Amino acid sequence: MLKIRQLQKKKQDEDASLQSNAKDDKIAVSNNSTSAARVSAAQLRLQKDLTELDLPKSIKVNFTNPSNIFNFVLSIVPQEGFYKMGLFKFTVEINENFPIDPPKIRCMQKIYHPNIDLDGNICLNILREDWSPVLNLNSVIIGLNFLFLEPNPNDPLNKEAANVLAKNKNVFASNVKVAMRGGSVDGERYDRVI
Amino acid sequence: MFSIQNNQHDSSYLSLVSNVGPFNEFIDEYDPNEAFNTLSNARVLVIGAGGLGCEILKDLALTGFKKIDIIDADTIEVSNLNRQFLFRSGDVGRPKAEVAAEFVKRKSMGKNLSIVSHYCRIQDKPQSFYKQFDVVICGLDSVEARRWINATLVSLVDSNLNGLIPMIDGGTEGFRGQSRVILPTVTSCYECTLDMITPKTTYPVCTIANTPRLPEHCVEWASVLEWPRRFPGKKFDPDLSEHLDWMYETAHRRAIHFKIDGVTKELTLGVVKNIIPAIASTNAIIAASCCNEAFKYVTSSNPILNNYMMYSGDYSIFTYTYSHARKPNCPVCGNHPKTIKVPGSWDLRDFIEHIKEKHDISIGTPSLATATKQLYFRSPPSLEEFTRKNLGRKLSELLDDNEEVIVSDPKLPISLRLLVKLE
Ligand SMILES: [Zn+2]
Repeated sequence: MLKIRQLQKKKQDEDASLQSNAKDDKIAVSNNSTSAARVSAAQLRLQKDLTELDLPKSIKVNFTNPSNIFNFVLSIVPQEGFYKMGLFKFTVEINENFPIDPPKIRCMQKIYHPNIDLDGNICLNILREDWSPVLNLNSVIIGLNFLFLEPNPNDPLNKEAANVLAKNKNVFASNVKVAMRGGSVDGERYDRVI
Repeated sequence: MFSIQNNQHDSSYLSLVSNVGPFNEFIDEYDPNEAFNTLSNARVLVIGAGGLGCEILKDLALTGFKKIDIIDADTIEVSNLNRQFLFRSGDVGRPKAEVAAEFVKRKSMGKNLSIVSHYCRIQDKPQSFYKQFDVVICGLDSVEARRWINATLVSLVDSNLNGLIPMIDGGTEGFRGQSRVILPTVTSCYECTLDMITPKTTYPVCTIANTPRLPEHCVEWASVLEWPRRFPGKKFDPDLSEHLDWMYETAHRRAIHFKIDGVTKELTLGVVKNIIPAIASTNAIIAASCCNEAFKYVTSSNPILNNYMMYSGDYSIFTYTYSHARKPNCPVCGNHPKTIKVPGSWDLRDFIEHIKEKHDISIGTPSLATATKQLYFRSPPSLEEFTRKNLGRKLSELLDDNEEVIVSDPKLPISLRLLVKLE
């Protein structure tokens, strides 16, 4: 284990040569900590992602238990498009393997949307097959917001809604209006979001 | 002169330490007797007692290591018996670490070999446990466990590189594998290379919901969509046979409906547990490489791997070794915690001003948190509102002495980590 001694010696020499031009620094470098709880890599990354959130006023992040940043509720009020002025809520669950695992996001309401099923599952590529640790929380939330501005009939989770959108935008728009007020479309009753 | 009287067991590798070879890096300091003593006394921790772990344990015992610990939280299942060769059918249900330790000890009588087994999760052991070892070898199949041990070993190193314990990490997938030597805070760490990890294969939700074509789509449909619909709030546990049976039957019905072949119980288990195919021979190659690195490091007889070796045997044979660079903004090794001494009578606002001045965070207020508590978050607004009241509170009320505080700010490329000593 002579390697360690060699590395330590090299470090000392480097530190010594740095010492000469170092300004007075109260921040001494540590011996290892004895404190019990250590901050996990997932928390480090999540704290950074939260701090860097840059969201329009129409998107809000709320913590049911603010001492737990791994779970929160996201609310989106689209400013234009078919879903304008609806209030859509999502649960966001982040696990200890973040950012290897993507955030788990579900819609809390039963809504009429081609890419969201009646159970709240969402078809958005960056939440699953195209997720990568290079993406951050902000990009996922912006991607989700985009689903309300541009619902996509090609990736259907609610097939009926997708068919209507593909065939007739006017009928789709009026169906969305009915559903957002808590009415029924094709015999299915939706949650009021407006 | 190399003077140790050795028994036959040790003879095979002794010439490697008794002679100073042409590649020895420490010719002036190298002493064969010391090298042999270090080998006999070095404490090695093997993490994982699965396919790789069994190989590693055997190789270590055969190359002269005498003080080995092995840790694993799993018990032996019938499906392990084909490649985890230290286990027999009578061992099914017993802890892997325990059985592996017993087997290797029994096979190497008279060698003063001590193998201590630990049947628990690595997260259940305190830092003090890990501090006792001279080297840690990982034969794990989980990214999460590797990240944890990597962060733990990084946290043990101080600014003079005291407490540095090399982490030798092996991994295999079918005919491919890699071994690497991580010198925490000196070479790139596991977290530095996170972006290289092949993510778990997933399929678009809309495909599994509407247009399944593969047997995997049927299993994913059952686990991602049907399970939460049928059992809201209940966590699926692949180790419970009634859970797995339900999953298999549900996927199977779906497959029949869409005329898809190939949904079996094995496939279902493979998909839900994300089981990566493993073969004994690749495990043997990678385990051997890991143990050779441990041997070279401990005896100082030859230079160690710098720092990443990939082995690819699926199309011809190809190995490639390179030095993976440290990531300057690695959240784990890029910002080693610094100790900062401040009066406990300061309020959080004073503390923040002090840090801003020290670290040139000129605009706005950074976010601060400990492992268990949000001290102040600048965004999102709801957290800012909730944590604002802390700004006027005394540090002595908010923090334990020597507690780690993480400081994040969009201006900082990586979060700062401070160990706060209260005066
Ligand atoms: Zn790193």
